[in-house]
Amino acid sequence: MSQARLSPGVLPGRLDPEHMAANFCDVAPPLDRHEALVAADRCYFCHDAPCITACPTSIDIPLFIRQISTDTPDAAAMTIFHANILGGMCARVCPTENLCEGACVREMAEGKPVEIGALQRYATDGLMAQEGHPFIRAETTGKRIAVIGAGPAGLAAAHRLAAKGHDVTIFEARPKSGGLNEYGIASYKSVDNFAQAEVEWLMGIGGITVQHGQALGQQITLETLQADYDAVFLGMGLSGVNALRTTGEDRDHVTDAVSFIRDLRQASDLTTLPVGRDVVVIGGGMTAVDAAVQAKLLGAENVSIVYRRGQDRMGASRHEQDHATASGVRLICNAAPVAIHGNGAVAEIEFCYTANGPDGLTMTDDRFRLKADQVFRAIGQRLDGTPDAMQLEGGKIAITGAGRTSVDGVWAGGDCAAGGDDLTVTAVAEGRDAAEDIDAHLTGRPVSIPG
Amino acid sequence: MADLRSNFIGIKSPNPFWLASAPPTDKEYNVRRAFQAGWGGVVWKTLGSEGPPVVNVNGPRYGVIHGADRRVLGINNIELITDRPLEVNLREIKSVKRDYPDRAMIISLMVPCDEESWRDILHRIEDTGADGVELNFGCPHGMAERGMGAAVGQVPEYIEMVTRWVKQHSRMPCIVKLTPNISDVTKPAEAAKRGGADAVSLINTVNSITSVDLDLFAPQPTIDGKGSHGGLCGPAVKPIALNMVAEIARNPETAGLPISGIGGVTTWRDAAEFMALGAGNVQVCTAAMTYGFKVVQEMISGLHDYLDSHEMELSDLIGRATPNVTDWQHLNLNYVTKAVIDQDACISCGRCFAACEDTSHQAIAMSPDRVFEVVEEECVACNLCVEVCPVQDCITMRELEVGEMDKRTGVPRGEYANWTTHANNPMAQAAE
Repeated sequence: MSQARLSPGVLPGRLDPEHMAANFCDVAPPLDRHEALVAADRCYFCHDAPCITACPTSIDIPLFIRQISTDTPDAAAMTIFHANILGGMCARVCPTENLCEGACVREMAEGKPVEIGALQRYATDGLMAQEGHPFIRAETTGKRIAVIGAGPAGLAAAHRLAAKGHDVTIFEARPKSGGLNEYGIASYKSVDNFAQAEVEWLMGIGGITVQHGQALGQQITLETLQADYDAVFLGMGLSGVNALRTTGEDRDHVTDAVSFIRDLRQASDLTTLPVGRDVVVIGGGMTAVDAAVQAKLLGAENVSIVYRRGQDRMGASRHEQDHATASGVRLICNAAPVAIHGNGAVAEIEFCYTANGPDGLTMTDDRFRLKADQVFRAIGQRLDGTPDAMQLEGGKIAITGAGRTSVDGVWAGGDCAAGGDDLTVTAVAEGRDAAEDIDAHLTGRPVSIPG
Repeated sequence: MADLRSNFIGIKSPNPFWLASAPPTDKEYNVRRAFQAGWGGVVWKTLGSEGPPVVNVNGPRYGVIHGADRRVLGINNIELITDRPLEVNLREIKSVKRDYPDRAMIISLMVPCDEESWRDILHRIEDTGADGVELNFGCPHGMAERGMGAAVGQVPEYIEMVTRWVKQHSRMPCIVKLTPNISDVTKPAEAAKRGGADAVSLINTVNSITSVDLDLFAPQPTIDGKGSHGGLCGPAVKPIALNMVAEIARNPETAGLPISGIGGVTTWRDAAEFMALGAGNVQVCTAAMTYGFKVVQEMISGLHDYLDSHEMELSDLIGRATPNVTDWQHLNLNYVTKAVIDQDACISCGRCFAACEDTSHQAIAMSPDRVFEVVEEECVACNLCVEVCPVQDCITMRELEVGEMDKRTGVPRGEYANWTTHANNPMAQAAE
């Protein structure tokens, strides 16, 4: 073990480069053809299959698996992309155990579902590796549509709109497209710069331009977009991060998990990325797991996730929780932070055990402290900078039907819109459905949503 | 423990599992390994007349149909009879039989259709110590084009004639191997019996093209851009073989004629089924070609367990199902069953629903929460749902009691009555 590994404080280079690279390789390597054919053979081709119902984008899973089993993976990929143009990323990041694979009848029969996610990746990777773009854009309509945010919702909406012949301009606040696919997902889930490759492939439909460094309320306003475009789709996600509201939160090395994940994804050399020896992550969702596991992989000696409710309430799926514990992360449930101690920088974090009673979650008198030289907040994000005219619901943009907001001619989808899980696949579904609704609204054509 | 020792037309073997005349029995090395693995007997791969050995293709000989996970369901072959010199085969047969006197050693033969050729080959094999001969009247490809194999087996008169020559020129027990590539298998079986055969064995392989290469546009296996039909064997042909065995077993003209059952025997259960329909023993090829000689050990243990659990001896099994093979007209039309779905075992895949809905009867209802239930008013008891359900025994057929209402017809189940007396049958015989 190198000396760097045991040094206290938040330091880069706790592991040597080879060890680091091995830690951040593909967490679920792709299936080869043989593995895919064997896995595909397990699908029962269910009637009105539960996996389709469980998929927010309603991919015809039994059909695409049958296409794989008959050795036509490109046809399988098209079945996927017709429903979900970001099927490649969803194959990597979907919590399939809560969605399609959780609903698979073989999960009920044998506790071992068909490997739908891995099969989806097999099909989509194969087609995306080929030259060109598989969809042909319809004749141009002359309609212009503004899309705010180049994340999953915005990209899905833009692709569907462009395919229908509309001209789309995406306004993205960040320097790169992809949204959470680019900035918010653990590195080992999406290796080899897949998020950027996917965006580039998606843009191959034509008719989409992206302007980076354009944030709503800063460089652009809804009013000007409404004036300049035939329709507007809002898919800017959630940019604010919830605070702990705990004493000592302002100490050094108490930061947001999303920033840590973002910096890690953007780092060209992981050995330059500082991480603590004793890391504590507050929260219970996927972001908490992604931050904790990656802190461990960067060489942190002790990493704990502390969640205020019971383990069964964690937002992270069971598979994610198991991944965390298998990576050496300690899960502590039913504990909430009460104080962050330290002299300048954080040194310890104090928790109070919680109890779940008739009055909701209450603090008990039972307290404990964890050594910490780095603390990550992962207790959720919130919508920032919404136009005043927009009606909200639970802090997010209120929508009716396929993403219609309270403002005429403005649609919304993805994490910034109310309702639905904050998942890539849900954002894709909402972006796609809003695009269909926009198209129907502008042209009078019927919607054509798969599933 | 049940005694598996077999005595088939006087040929004794420690169990009823023989390897069929085929590639695995083409030489001493293989047959010794087979006997070491536990096979009760072998039918040595077909010998031809003395002279220049036959020539095989030098491209692919086999084509295969696969099930899920590339499970081999059937093998089609275009291989001919042994392509090794007669002398070598005879020497090896003698050597193996000397070392394994307790195992059955049968020699398969195929020579031109004249008495001289048959007398000559029978004379040549006499001192090998073999226990019997099997006449290959079934090989459907290559040799048939030269007037042998299936070319003989498809003409009952030839079968009778050759069998008679063999019985005349040899004291060995004679098994006649039949081809399924014929419209009524009882006719060649009757001919074999008339010629004096001690037994028939069946089936030989089924004329087939397993697949077509969609880039070369040629049948597979493809030899330099062309393909010819081959002979199909393996699990895919078992239903055809079982029927033919049963037809011979229940045909009054051939009833009692010993049968060696062949065709897709892969497990002990397949073997037991052949024997229940009247086969005195079974011959296996595809299972050994696919999995190796060791499969016989599962067949032996499985048959033991089955016989013990049913308190039967091997002889009790042979032919036990034959009396229950009948013609359609004798089936009880008042026997009524209904499908029953075990909701605890159901995994909600909906395959029963899709099959019933789109095949014919719409007798399975699906609720919004994916509970599948039988609609007895529509259920004709076709059994399709039972067979497409991936969970064994999840769907079963319940027999209605006599007098119990059939909700589909609105008529209570009656006593036994078949087509011969049915009111809708214009040829119905009045009940006496």
